[in-house]
Amino acid sequence: MIPDDLLYAKSHEWCMVEGDVATVGITQFAQEQLGDLTFVELPEVGDTFQAGSEMGSVESVKAASEIYAPVTGEIIEINEALEDAPEKVNEEPYGDGWLVKFRIKGEPEGLLDAEGYTAVIEAEAH
Amino acid sequence: MKTIFEKSVPGREGCWPCEGMAEEAYIPAELLRDGDIGLPSASELDVVRHFTKLSQRNYGVDGNFYPLGSCTMKYNPKFTEIVAGMPGFTRLHPVLPQLQGAGGLCQGALEVMYETENLLSEITGMHAFTLHPMAGAHGELTGVMLMAAYHKDRGNKKTKIIVPDSAHGTNPASAAIAGYTVVSVESVDGIVDPAALAEVLDDEVAGMMMTCPNTLGLFEKNLPEIVAMLRKVDALLYYDGANLNAVMGKMRVGDVGFDIVHLNLHKTFATPHGGGGPGSGPVGVCEKLKPFLPISRVAKLEDGQFFLDYDYPKSIGYVAPFYGNFGVVLKAYAYILRLGRAGIIRASENAVLSANYMRKRLEDHFEIPFNRICMHEFVASASRQTKNDVHALDIAKALLDKGYHAPTVYFPLIVPEAIMIEPTETENKETLDRFIDDLIEIAELAVTDPAAIQAAPVTLPVTRLDETRAARAMELTDDL
Amino acid sequence: MPYVPHTESEVRDMLETIGVASISDLFAEITQEMRPKSFDLPEGLSEMEVLSKLEAMAGKNATDRTNFLGAGFYDHYIPAAVDALTMRGEFYTAYTPYQPESSQGTLQALFEYQTAVTRLLGMECANASVYDGGTALFEALMMAVRKTKRRKIIVSEALNPIYRVMLGSYTSNLDLEFVTVPHKGGMTDIDGLKAAIDDDTAAVLVQNPNFFGSINDFTELFAAARERKAVSVISAYPVLQTLLKTPGAMGADVAVAEGQSLGLPLSFGGPYLGIMTCTKQMVRQIPGRIVGRTQDSKGRTGYVLTLQAREQHIRRQKATSNICSNQSLCALRALVHMCALGELGMKRAARLSVERAHICAQRLTAIPGVELMTKGPFGNEFAVTLPINAFEIIAKLTARGFVPGFPLGRYYDGLENGLLVACTEKTSEEQIGIFAEMLKGALK
Repeated sequence: MIPDDLLYAKSHEWCMVEGDVATVGITQFAQEQLGDLTFVELPEVGDTFQAGSEMGSVESVKAASEIYAPVTGEIIEINEALEDAPEKVNEEPYGDGWLVKFRIKGEPEGLLDAEGYTAVIEAEAH
Repeated sequence: MKTIFEKSVPGREGCWPCEGMAEEAYIPAELLRDGDIGLPSASELDVVRHFTKLSQRNYGVDGNFYPLGSCTMKYNPKFTEIVAGMPGFTRLHPVLPQLQGAGGLCQGALEVMYETENLLSEITGMHAFTLHPMAGAHGELTGVMLMAAYHKDRGNKKTKIIVPDSAHGTNPASAAIAGYTVVSVESVDGIVDPAALAEVLDDEVAGMMMTCPNTLGLFEKNLPEIVAMLRKVDALLYYDGANLNAVMGKMRVGDVGFDIVHLNLHKTFATPHGGGGPGSGPVGVCEKLKPFLPISRVAKLEDGQFFLDYDYPKSIGYVAPFYGNFGVVLKAYAYILRLGRAGIIRASENAVLSANYMRKRLEDHFEIPFNRICMHEFVASASRQTKNDVHALDIAKALLDKGYHAPTVYFPLIVPEAIMIEPTETENKETLDRFIDDLIEIAELAVTDPAAIQAAPVTLPVTRLDETRAARAMELTDDL
Repeated sequence: MPYVPHTESEVRDMLETIGVASISDLFAEITQEMRPKSFDLPEGLSEMEVLSKLEAMAGKNATDRTNFLGAGFYDHYIPAAVDALTMRGEFYTAYTPYQPESSQGTLQALFEYQTAVTRLLGMECANASVYDGGTALFEALMMAVRKTKRRKIIVSEALNPIYRVMLGSYTSNLDLEFVTVPHKGGMTDIDGLKAAIDDDTAAVLVQNPNFFGSINDFTELFAAARERKAVSVISAYPVLQTLLKTPGAMGADVAVAEGQSLGLPLSFGGPYLGIMTCTKQMVRQIPGRIVGRTQDSKGRTGYVLTLQAREQHIRRQKATSNICSNQSLCALRALVHMCALGELGMKRAARLSVERAHICAQRLTAIPGVELMTKGPFGNEFAVTLPINAFEIIAKLTARGFVPGFPLGRYYDGLENGLLVACTEKTSEEQIGIFAEMLKGALK
């Protein structure tokens, strides 16, 4: 369940780049590890982040995890539906459960392809 | 069961018969609230019935065995409630000893504080105590503030606090709130390993927080070496007193080199937990840290009079509005007087005896990751049961059906499927045996009929509750 | 041996099961170098002996003095039902409700407590309490700092000085800037506070009634704070809150209170109760335990601890606070107190307290040289200026059985002649009369 057309961060965010816009979410593996999400904390439109910096968090009943910006840039849209329906992240992490859209500055760096990310989660499963 | 708000009938009166004048006579209308408050209107009997029924849907030590690991759920002697309820103590306004000429009005209360501090100092081998912190975590915060004050005074630039991976979550949280970066050190064979410690120890370390015995119920036998290592970099060693009930009279934390200690009077010294509070978390220090203790300090003049001393220019200041949870301190003081020297030693000895007895009787039925002589508690694991998809949580719920409170589960974090059992010294052997027999029966049922355990509890007012729904819906008041 | 049930033969059996010869073998890991250097405690006493020793110590406290001391901590009447119900062992010998199915009593009571305090303060959400009113204020301040990611705190000097010194201690290692706006003759300087709010302000902290007893409406101040995206924090007095405009109606973001006046004895400073309430927007920032309503697997209503992902056992060093408990039994006492008095009884207790204070103020200010310090409306506490040093008067009257109030000079330079006087529904008109006569005599 790791789409080939996306880029991945080791901290379990995915990223789809179209022109200078990047859509970001958390991976299937990440949502499974967390369990049923109860809250998603997102940045505000207009906030800017360096790749690798903390931009929000997700919570379930038993766990909480920070979300890190996989790219450098400015937030141009957030998925407001998640405020009332965090379960969308569990149901469709690569679809309706997306988190934010960035206008990226420069080229994405240090991200993994599907194969590289598969290796990361296999290592973590051990 | 309906809430008291749902039972409310507007106009029905409680137990207050006398009329006051209308507030409008004194306070302008624009400063007053509009409409009803929405507090319940019920007769006194309705209120008594409501809370009696609620109490019947609750579970305390008075009811049955409560082997909640790390919480020392021992018997809370009834007579201590009489002590805390004496009007000579309950009616005392806390500001009194701060007024000139009024110190004479509260000599008894000041004496209780003075004597309790001395007793706790002797039990732990510390130089001085403050009773101000109002819970264990509050004691931790106070302790970390003392560390910071000490290093500031010495001109030390320290930024980090070391916490073992087996520690209570409050340790890193307290360190972080006091402004420190938290560094975790991995346990080896269940205890802190000097070699692992050496890897993270440097000049920037302000101190290390330890629980001993630790949360696995194991004694930290490398303590002398750890103390020596910390001294070399002028780092302070902090003792989390959660597990003091194991070692009273066997080891004094001050003697072995701890610099700061917090105690939980609601654990070791038998004051009731009250459904989650009030607790009391007195903090003791070695001599070099005494100047930094919170103010006020209770002191004794040569003529035997007690007074509050504020002359501590290096003090961290005020951590409580007054002198801590005095009502709780009173109960602990009465308990210590009742037990005396021999009784206190006997308490620890029997707590350790009971824990080892249970560990031994359970070892064939449950995985016990560090199966050697433990102190006052031990950690088992449901890892064998997971192959039938029965988890620590299921076993906990099955125990509720048997009429017990469950042990602590999923803590410490370093043991998967942890089940942490602390019997305390006040439970008799029949109770321990019955609990063990029931636990063994549950382990057998986990093989023969796992579904029955997964469905537990079935005998209580409610079955398992939907925590995800609670967190998503956030219904926190009776207003929806 | 008290409270240890094992007989000698049981101890032998247990040691045999364990496979050791003696209890001391269980402590073998504690080597000689780690053994106590002394353990010099008194011998144990019987229950009767301890009680009589403590009776004697309690007797050394003079609690028969008539008391006009308040300063944030008040001697209100506590209905007998409060002790009777909260002393049930099912409540007070329980721990934090980690197993909700067997803790529905504590959990529902805390849910009802949350409901009662949010209604009292006119707010939307509450936690299950923290240690006391001072720590509640500190935690409120930290909520604001986390929410705004700013570092400047604006505090009214008319906020209880006992809490202001606590805030100073708690934040001494944190990089925060405090701006204290001086009081104006015992009044909260609303214009001064407004002027101090800027774009770096995390929170503005006020108290109603303020330390001097003076009542305000902070609606405009809170609106000004909102405009700058700063958080409005107010410290309230629960008993008077049955009458006064609520923090919620004024637009506060966080409202806290010392809950001692709700069914808790003065008890020389504790245990007390830190009430914390906030708006829905702030609820993710609130520390400590929170109870939520939900359903069990059969669809029945039940209660659980919720929003725990904020807490230290999950977040460890990233938690909203290090607090891992609440003052559960104190919250229960407050709830039973509010239920036993009921909506009407609560209001009556407040009205009587206000009435007595106004009678007292009238009697005291009839004495030549005694004047009200604050000019505006007050509730059950007020400040007067005496012709001489208040410490002196307190010493004189205390020796004669009356504690006349709190000396404002203890915390406020220049107010050495100021005396803060509180009444409750327990204060009788007769006591007020004697107090006035005594003060008159002492000033002659």
